[in-house]
Amino acid sequence: MGATLTEKILARAAGRTTVKPGENIWINVDVLLTHDVCGPGTIGVFHREFGRDAGVWDPGKVVIIPDHYIFTADEKAHRNVDTLRAFAREQNLPHYYDVDSPRYQGVCHVALPQRGHVRPGEVIVGTDSHTCTHGAFGAFATGVGNTDAGFVMGTGKLLVKVPETMRFRLRGSPPPGVTAKDIVLRIIGDIGVDGATYCAMEFCGEAVAALNMDERMTVCNMAIEAGAKNGIMEPDATTLAYVRARTSAPFEPLCADRDAPAAADAEVDVSALEPLVAEPHLPSSVAPARERGGVKIDRVYIGSCTGGKTTDFIMAARVLKGRRVAVTTFLVPATVEVAESLMTETVDGKSLVEIFAEAGCRDIAPPSCAACLGGPPDTFGRAAGSETIVSTTNRNFIGRMGSKRASIYLASPLTAAASAVAGRITDPRELPG
Amino acid sequence: MTMNAAGQRPNEGVIAGRVYVLGDNVDTDQIIPAQYLNLVPTIPEEYARLGTHALAGLPDTMPAFVPPGATKSPYVIIVSGRNFGCGSSREHAPIALGAAGVRAVVAESYARIFFRNAVATGELYPLESADRLCDVFRTGDEATLDPADETIVHAPSGRAWRLKPLGAVGPVIAAGGIFGYARAAGMLAPRS
Repeated sequence: MGATLTEKILARAAGRTTVKPGENIWINVDVLLTHDVCGPGTIGVFHREFGRDAGVWDPGKVVIIPDHYIFTADEKAHRNVDTLRAFAREQNLPHYYDVDSPRYQGVCHVALPQRGHVRPGEVIVGTDSHTCTHGAFGAFATGVGNTDAGFVMGTGKLLVKVPETMRFRLRGSPPPGVTAKDIVLRIIGDIGVDGATYCAMEFCGEAVAALNMDERMTVCNMAIEAGAKNGIMEPDATTLAYVRARTSAPFEPLCADRDAPAAADAEVDVSALEPLVAEPHLPSSVAPARERGGVKIDRVYIGSCTGGKTTDFIMAARVLKGRRVAVTTFLVPATVEVAESLMTETVDGKSLVEIFAEAGCRDIAPPSCAACLGGPPDTFGRAAGSETIVSTTNRNFIGRMGSKRASIYLASPLTAAASAVAGRITDPRELPG
Repeated sequence: MTMNAAGQRPNEGVIAGRVYVLGDNVDTDQIIPAQYLNLVPTIPEEYARLGTHALAGLPDTMPAFVPPGATKSPYVIIVSGRNFGCGSSREHAPIALGAAGVRAVVAESYARIFFRNAVATGELYPLESADRLCDVFRTGDEATLDPADETIVHAPSGRAWRLKPLGAVGPVIAAGGIFGYARAAGMLAPRS
């Protein structure tokens, strides 16, 4: 009987030939990722449990990317980055991407693959629930708390229960206006916010193969919004081209066996999908954008690990070129590399930064998580009142962007940009030329 | 006597006190809003401050979980519906509840990372009920919960429910979390 991709990676990481769903196994971790919000607590656990003078299990496997509370006057946020900096120095960590330095990156889940730390077949553990993003590269990637991360920091090992796999076969090609965000919102809407609890969500099929890496990351990023332990896709030529351009480190990709049994098999015909929004206050409260045209909005937010990548901004620029936004529109590129691409990428010969400026968007913010999760009161783009927001982020929980009275509609960059132009929720196909 | 990760209280014996009742899909932003994630749980005074903000993200129509100016919640048990703790991996969530004085949550089901963090930290017992107890209990009701016996008794009615077995994770919580358990089992060396 064959094994799924998740089972194969976990078996190899456990030094075994096979593993079965439900088994508790110890696995060796290839990359431990942490950031400014959970890193100081993880370091605190590590020092408390292994001793003040202890060393991390492998300095080359610890990656620290501050990204959450960076551009703020909050004193504790600064103290927390100081903690990371001191730890990186004390432990001689080669992969610390410091704030206020040329090494600063921005959002960890976009920076991690950009800096070559995500490799097919490996195990990535991060102190952030959206660590599942990296399954897009054929890795097993999952989020943990500070205590488990502190354990990994000292031992390089993590106890995991092998998840059952739910397989989603994506067929057909998406019609104009439909993006990876719409695909994953449709799936979450169908199975619910706990529809994949404890499971691996494996995405396969011709519609996955046709997506670029940015779009694959969008799908895997939101696996956690269905409760999944990880999202995963088989590596292919697109994956290998991305990874090999960014690291010379050796790696051994794995693929699922053709006869691998899954706990659930679902088919999604992406050619039948349409642009969607997730209504307040759950990512599973999905509705067609065209049916919510009566919802007037106050602002649009384009950013985050889900919707702040280069491809996301190209999609937004295609809609905004030659048009004006009717509401305040915040643009927060996920990383420095994404921010630089806004100057080099063009639509019809015009750079993205020019298109956004001419459309009347707010000045592009420096890369960070910013208002995706609210943050300190002085966070860029943070909701402060009863705003109605269309956002390319991943969560629309009550209070998520800083105000309990705000209403957050999750959408693709195309739908967000079209809504910015119309001042109400708008299907991008319905925007008048 | 075993202590939890913060070394503050034993995870032993019967839990008795007032219940706070919630519904389905209580997310981690409601349990501890992101603006308080600048607090580091391993710093004792910040651990305590996290407790004062526990469930600060609930809609304003809900009764205060921690009264203004108080350091602890009057509620020691939370009764909830499906998918408690969905969302973020922030360990601040079970820690804020534990720091506020919560010793157990009884829900129909949990989000994976919240459940794991509750076990790994030993902050509280994440117990599951096959029955939808959030439709039976009312906020402020007294209840008695025995983690060893895996039962909860609703004091006003005297009704009792058997909870699902914690299985392998019960001893981990009783040992104060994953490190205490690993040391007690000889899997890790004693603290240096």
